[in-house]
Amino acid sequence: MTDIPAPRHIPDRLDKPLRSAIFSWEALLVVVAVAIFAINSFASPYFLDPYSLSDLTFNFTEKGLIAFAMALLIISGEIDLSVAAIIALASTMMGMAVQAGAGTPVLVAIGIVVGLGCGAFNGLLVTRLGLPSIVVTIGTMSLFRGIAFIILGDQAYKGYPQSFAFFGQGYVWWVVSFELVLFLIAAVVYWFLLHRTSFGRRVFAIGNNPIAAQFSGVRVGRTKFILFCLTGLMSGIASVLITSRLGSTRPSIAQGYELEVITMVVLGGVSILGGAGSILGVVLAAFIMGLVTFGLGLLNVPGIVMSIFIGLLLIIVIALPIVWRRLRGGR
Amino acid sequence: MKAFLKYREIWLFAAIVVLIGLISTRFPAFADPGNLRQVFNDTSILMILALGQMVVILTRSIDLSMASNLCFTGMVVAMLNAAHPAIPIPLLIVIALVVGLVLGAINGLLVWRLNIPSIVVTLGTLTIYRGATFVLSGGAWVNADKMSPDFIGFQRAAFLGIPVLSWIAILVIALFFVLMTRTALGRSIYAIGVNPTASVYAGIDVGRTKFIVFCISGMIGGLSGYLWISRYVIASVEVANGYELNIIAACVIGGISIAGGIGSVGGAVLGALFLGIISNALPVINISPFWQMAISGSAIILAVVLNARGERQQGRIILRKVEA
Repeated sequence: MTDIPAPRHIPDRLDKPLRSAIFSWEALLVVVAVAIFAINSFASPYFLDPYSLSDLTFNFTEKGLIAFAMALLIISGEIDLSVAAIIALASTMMGMAVQAGAGTPVLVAIGIVVGLGCGAFNGLLVTRLGLPSIVVTIGTMSLFRGIAFIILGDQAYKGYPQSFAFFGQGYVWWVVSFELVLFLIAAVVYWFLLHRTSFGRRVFAIGNNPIAAQFSGVRVGRTKFILFCLTGLMSGIASVLITSRLGSTRPSIAQGYELEVITMVVLGGVSILGGAGSILGVVLAAFIMGLVTFGLGLLNVPGIVMSIFIGLLLIIVIALPIVWRRLRGGR
Repeated sequence: MKAFLKYREIWLFAAIVVLIGLISTRFPAFADPGNLRQVFNDTSILMILALGQMVVILTRSIDLSMASNLCFTGMVVAMLNAAHPAIPIPLLIVIALVVGLVLGAINGLLVWRLNIPSIVVTLGTLTIYRGATFVLSGGAWVNADKMSPDFIGFQRAAFLGIPVLSWIAILVIALFFVLMTRTALGRSIYAIGVNPTASVYAGIDVGRTKFIVFCISGMIGGLSGYLWISRYVIASVEVANGYELNIIAACVIGGISIAGGIGSVGGAVLGALFLGIISNALPVINISPFWQMAISGSAIILAVVLNARGERQQGRIILRKVEA
């Protein structure tokens, strides 16, 4: 190995097309959301109804809760593909507890603690052993869901207590569901955490340049560990909500959620390369995804076809600013 | 570097031998050459897919859309075969390659021309391609009774005592070996993974090379589409749902670094074989197939932990190394 003189300007990253678009990103999302809302109300007479709109929120609240923590994790330059598997494992554990006669408070505690534990396990593997998170969480994704499959096989847990149903089916006031309230509270908490605390600044610093952050006195490993725990925690909470809403547990519960959560985060303007993003963007992206799936659902479009729209939306919303800038800048 | 790579694959090979040994203590017939040939044949499609994924991962990219590509292309050839049984199988395979190539080129163009990170692009196309399968088929299945005997029988025909499917896998392995070790493109792919900036200075067109690797993984996805459908004789929207992660798992177990630049054809093949042996062995030694997911998950984690020492730190200073 020979040292050659390094060029004077060394970029942190080779390409960061999202960086300059981020300032208008939320504006773009608002436009998209309003457009989809308008199209929906024209397309279906059932759309503009408080009860319909309330149902709509269930399409994104659970995934949105995870998306907040995932946004922080992705901003810090890591990723967690195991969130849906954590939901499955936590739900299975709650199912086992029900069989053992546990009450509602215990069930909620189990769901949250299992989620937190799984997140901590991911965090330990990534930060202590210095492993790439995408691979670790592909592994733990199989492991966590695999354990759920070992315990349940082709069976299902049922018989959740009546009081447990409140979390996923209950309403706090009129058409405002408990899930929606939780989603809004989490949005405020994560907005404050990311944009108003030194912890949030550290997350951005790590995402932009982990080495510089380390030399600036940021405890990179510990911060990332906390973020993995948070993601696990939110998955645990989501597991409580989903299990409560469905009233049963199968090992295939929440299959494929991880990709929808990540789509939500990326659509919200969080750079998949780390270092940039906002909670407001994620909230808007959650609304947009909920609007698209619900609106298409009212028009009897099958779920698999909806996924085409979500996929196209993801690519187009990210490609548009790049194409536009190139046309305008002539480059 | 090269000695180290060999070292890693020897260890994986040894692990596979030990695994087969352990299984045969409980079920001696497993280590039978005839049965091992069967395992190889069963794993052929995963091996082919893992090689396609490998070239993408080597350039620090990822292709999450391979399984959806497989599903879509499989549906195309199955519907073609059901509607026009007269189309000869070699032509169908060419069609599968072309359809797969187009889907891969879409990924590649978005990554190359618009500079969108590959994980975002293929996350989008993953859902789009599978959704397109539904639109194409109208949600209907193509069952075995609608497929022509040639369509189903082609890969099962024995040549020199080995099924054609295995021969296709061997051919693909050989092609990738030549590509990665004997061509300038192969060297460029490694170079981009090790150091993209230095590759630019060395005159490699990084964007275009990434486009080419996505075309390769697309063609592989298309080829596997035909092989998968004719093997499991059913084409539906659910085909290979979630399989993209198995493909990446095979690569990871095979020692291919997700950070790019490290990995070999032998590793990808052995990684796929490792997973194939586990899935073939579980029913034989009377373990519920429900264990498979957890076992392969543990294998992935173990593989990354063991491979971690060889992988470089992320976010390191660019242009530090000249060689390698």
